[in-house]
Amino acid sequence: MTQPKRSSRIRWHIIVFLAPAVLVYTAVMIYPLFNTLRLSLYTEVDQARVFVGLDNFRTLFGDAIWSDQFWNALGNNFWFFLIHMLVQNPIGIALAAILSHPRLRFAGFYRSAIFIPTILSFVIVGFAWKLILSPIWGIAPSMLDAVGLKSLYAPWLGREAYALTTLSLVSVWQFVGIPMMLIYAALLSIPEEILEAGECDGITGFSAFWKIKLPLILPSIGIISILTFVANFNAFDLIYAAQGALAGPDFSTDILGTFLYRTFFGFQLQLGDPHMGSTIASAMFAIILIGVCIYLFGIQSRMRRYQF
Amino acid sequence: MSARLNRTNVIAAHGVLILYVLIALFPVFVIVINSFKSRRAIFREPLALPDAESFSLIGYETVLKQGDFFLYFQNSMIVTVVSLFFILLFGAMAAFALAEYRFRGNTMMGLYLALGIMIPIRIGTVAILEMMVSTGLVNTLMALILVYTAQGLPLAVFILSEFMRQVSDDLKNAGRIDGLSEYRIFFRLVLPLVRPAMATVAVFNMIPIWNDLWFPLILAPAEEVKTLTLGSQVFIGQFVTDWNAVLSALSLAILPVMALYVIFSRQLIRGLTSGAVK
Repeated sequence: MTQPKRSSRIRWHIIVFLAPAVLVYTAVMIYPLFNTLRLSLYTEVDQARVFVGLDNFRTLFGDAIWSDQFWNALGNNFWFFLIHMLVQNPIGIALAAILSHPRLRFAGFYRSAIFIPTILSFVIVGFAWKLILSPIWGIAPSMLDAVGLKSLYAPWLGREAYALTTLSLVSVWQFVGIPMMLIYAALLSIPEEILEAGECDGITGFSAFWKIKLPLILPSIGIISILTFVANFNAFDLIYAAQGALAGPDFSTDILGTFLYRTFFGFQLQLGDPHMGSTIASAMFAIILIGVCIYLFGIQSRMRRYQF
Repeated sequence: MSARLNRTNVIAAHGVLILYVLIALFPVFVIVINSFKSRRAIFREPLALPDAESFSLIGYETVLKQGDFFLYFQNSMIVTVVSLFFILLFGAMAAFALAEYRFRGNTMMGLYLALGIMIPIRIGTVAILEMMVSTGLVNTLMALILVYTAQGLPLAVFILSEFMRQVSDDLKNAGRIDGLSEYRIFFRLVLPLVRPAMATVAVFNMIPIWNDLWFPLILAPAEEVKTLTLGSQVFIGQFVTDWNAVLSALSLAILPVMALYVIFSRQLIRGLTSGAVK
């Protein structure tokens, strides 16, 4: 691979190959990331940037106006994540388990159709569900009526108690295709001999799934969990498209992404504040970092991987 | 094999899958059929297909008259295609350097580039906006292209370098003996061989770039650089009481993504299921 005769010289082609990617990545991603962390230590006084240390964080966690919003957004974000973990991933695993049955007909069709919501933009998904759940249009109430459950209907997106859960479920509806595909791939990679060996011992059907397949796909479930975590704690688009920057009703659907947007960019009466925005972004960075570390050191390294 | 599949199970499996397909497609179906109906029909019979009496294109007329959807579409196209081009070109070059040559800092460089797989670029938005303002790139498509290129590079480098390690050394060494430069080896010999992996990377990046709302909203909200996603969001917000227009705008926004999906779905599903993202 290396060329001995040239090894004493600088191999310019390596630099040429690496430079564009490293430059763009560093300039547009890594540098702004650290710059954002740095900006969280400053504030603006009379149009001049002043270093204030950790004051912004003190405001964020100590000042009731800020901390109430922050904890509300964080709590909502955890609920958002929890629903994804409890609804999206089990449904995705179940669908993948069914799809991976050998000789199931139309598997390709089902797979492609179930993946369609995932490719739609949040704007489409947010508005489409807003319209469908709207009491004005009446699709949701009349469909519930058809199965005799009309009494269950409520304008879910407009009620503080239900809005966040409803939006989480809409997001679950949209993204169920991703865990489905990844688990499907993991299930297909389980060798037939293992399943046949289990069959000889009388383990078939459901118990084959629980006792043989599930333990083997645990690493994939771990990856899906961390992907869900990062995506959820950085989510913004769906809430913004469906409920606007104010994340109504009464901030009940506010998550960290919308909180960051409002603070940093401003909305209606509030002026944008890049320094408080950076502070919130730094907090989000810390949360995502903690999540990723828990996954890398706490979960992934302990998981047994099987080599076939 | 056959012992594992009995009749009731097969029927139950199809039942569950069909039910879920209906759940997945129902909202899209409702939006599209109602976009072709008159306002009265939308409310009276929301689940009926448009017929001769209820058929109407009034919504589409409003959308095409009021919104500049062709411009938005063009902007989205430019941003997506150019970003993908840079992601693939720069990503493949860096992946080749990491996979092919042994040099000091190789592993460190790989780890550095992989950082961005897990950390979302949105966290740095405040400083990105500041940088774009100071370089005068705000409200240009270039700003979006730069951001999406940076966002797509980490995963592209990661996936492509896995594939480039599998390209045979004999082939490259034969090229070297024939006097090909390292650049020619890369462009002539290696790139054509990793084309399937490039397609996977392209499809993975295409959908998030096309659908992104955050960066267009913050970096390029001006009318002449609006992307289709932002444009339809703003348009729908303004026409919120004009149901015909809203439904038609939604259908128009669904159309290009669906077309892309039909063209690339095999590639996408193969990429997702081949374990390229593990």
